Amino acid sequence: MIRDRILIAAILLFVITFPVMAQEKNTGELTALADNLDVHGFYELRAGYRLQNDPYEKDMSIMEQRLQLELSSHLDRADFKVKGDVLGDLVEEQGDFDLREAYMFTRPSDFMDVKVGRQVLTWGTGDMIFINDLFPKDWNSFFIGRDTEYLKAPSDAARVSFFTDLFNIDFVYTPQFDSDRYITGERISYWNSSLSRQAGNDAVIHTDIPDRYFKDDEIALRLYKNIENYEYALYAYQGYWKSPGGLNPAGTKAIFPNLNVYGASVRGSVGKGIGNMEMGYYDSLEDRSGKDGNINNSEFRFLIGYTQEIAKDLTAGLQYYLESMVDYDQYKKSSPAGLNRDENRDLITLRLTKLLMNQNLQCSLFTYFSPADRDVYTRPNVNYKITDNLTWEAGANIFFGDRPDTFFGQFESNTNIYTAVRYNF
Amino acid sequence: MKTLFYFMAILTLPIILLASDPNQPAPQSPVKGATAVEKINDVNSIVNKANLAAYYQADDGKGKVSMKITDKKGQIREREFIMLKKDIEDGRDQNYFVYFLKPADVRKMVYLVQKHTDPGKDDDRWLYMPSLDLVKRIAASDKRTSFVGSDFLYEDVSGRSLLEDTHELIQTTDTQYIVKNIPKNPDFVEFSYYTVSINCNTYMPMKMEYYDKNGNLYRTIESVNIETIGNFPTVTKSVAIDLRTGSKTEMEFSEIKYNIGLEDIFSERYLRRPPMETMR
Repeated sequence: MIRDRILIAAILLFVITFPVMAQEKNTGELTALADNLDVHGFYELRAGYRLQNDPYEKDMSIMEQRLQLELSSHLDRADFKVKGDVLGDLVEEQGDFDLREAYMFTRPSDFMDVKVGRQVLTWGTGDMIFINDLFPKDWNSFFIGRDTEYLKAPSDAARVSFFTDLFNIDFVYTPQFDSDRYITGERISYWNSSLSRQAGNDAVIHTDIPDRYFKDDEIALRLYKNIENYEYALYAYQGYWKSPGGLNPAGTKAIFPNLNVYGASVRGSVGKGIGNMEMGYYDSLEDRSGKDGNINNSEFRFLIGYTQEIAKDLTAGLQYYLESMVDYDQYKKSSPAGLNRDENRDLITLRLTKLLMNQNLQCSLFTYFSPADRDVYTRPNVNYKITDNLTWEAGANIFFGDRPDTFFGQFESNTNIYTAVRYNF
Repeated sequence: MKTLFYFMAILTLPIILLASDPNQPAPQSPVKGATAVEKINDVNSIVNKANLAAYYQADDGKGKVSMKITDKKGQIREREFIMLKKDIEDGRDQNYFVYFLKPADVRKMVYLVQKHTDPGKDDDRWLYMPSLDLVKRIAASDKRTSFVGSDFLYEDVSGRSLLEDTHELIQTTDTQYIVKNIPKNPDFVEFSYYTVSINCNTYMPMKMEYYDKNGNLYRTIESVNIETIGNFPTVTKSVAIDLRTGSKTEMEFSEIKYNIGLEDIFSERYLRRPPMETMR
């Protein structure tokens, strides 16, 4: 496993640097690349436990040491970066290598930026809620208490940006579908609807992932413009449901049906704070009529949020999110009685962040509450910078709900606390 | 008699300055539009000139900033960043671009500020977090919070709008004007007033002393080192001390360049990827 990934990393690195190297008539630029090399990273120990027994998972929710190395360098016309984590994972009892970034960035003209390779991509206006950001997420990392950085999984993609007076364009092409690092049951137990019960390591989700290069690809597009510091954006996406969005006809494997998304957002100052609004239409191409009970219905998603500093070094952010199924009647007809979800699922999120002790201590609380599902996911976190290099943190991921099959309610027995020490260099 | 003294002083000062260092070019006035060094009584023009000298030198500029924060126990924390600024209009709106170098956990983060001086208009601020590729809009309307955990407040770094205070010239010495500043909205700030000692020659604010609601001095900022860079007198070292917490921050500027012809880098494009030539 590790060997494979290191091999992939090496190949990627070679592929992205080769065009530059190949042009060189001498080794001058190679030397420059070495001279400009900048090495940074961190070493981290992280441990966490479930607060209750989960029959399908270990008590240890996280137990790992991680070394992240970030190598960056540049030539006159291009920047290079490789960032990877080597980790020893005691929960999965294995070592692993996670290549986070390996890209080349260049600014070929006044109106164009290009970034090619493995990269983390983010856009949209939500805080921990994503509508038009269809770049891969790592929900396992998020729920077991890794650093928030790991919520975003990398994409192997090319991002080309154009800047014009009229508007700016971001075009991201991913030649091979990059799914979320979704819940499989290996680290987080979940509600298995075909078994009609909680499941985990005993029923790991098997999937059929579209994986043909240049055929099972993704295109993401953003048009954006800043008018008087109000940031307007239009989005389009062509690809697949990022986490399993259906079952194959035999009902044996989870699949990633085709998905197109169209959306828009705006963000700007409102009163003393920042307001944002975003919406998206999820066009589930393989079930446009909504009749196929095995495939996700099309959805309309909407978000509105507001953030304000409510006292010195205390910020509060409130969001309301709604996802609404487009063909609910059809869905209801096609799903087994008693198992269908509600037409609308909404969420209220509240973020409170307080900085103390000269901003060296940060206390934060992020809570998702769904009035429709009657479930809650809350993330308290305390982070203290002991020195400029050494950080200690502790936090929890707390899930509860009225029913075992709702989005957050299903994770109730995964409720965990964690702590970590990190040395940055 | 006094008038005569001033007259003589004004006449001879340039000669003394020139004579003191023949290799030094004649000191150009740091204040755009001013032609001679003369004592003035109009407090508004003094604070205007001081504001321009402290924050609006040249049309744009670049520098490396190192901060050393020492708390009362002697523990030291360091910050290092590259700061770029561009004036939209002298004495008014400005754009700031801050690229963090240290400490390691904030390395490569970018902080973008569009400063607005109109009363009641908040600055626009963005933060870019490279590990998440996240462009975050900062909702911080309180300008009197610590800048990166130092004893300098956000407002000390980017400047406090002159319209926020009423100004009173309380003393004129041989070398300095002492101006007392009283906030128009005392409920929004932690001080009852502050005094600024302004150099009569360069109009550089040399020392600021903040008094709390009981009239006690609790905070000082001092310009410790001033250098002339490309004809512009510039504070290259200043020290902020919080007398209540016993914490001290030394801020040093280096590699300062003015009028570098900075293009409009204050947008999302450069937030996500800073202009290479200005960062290297």
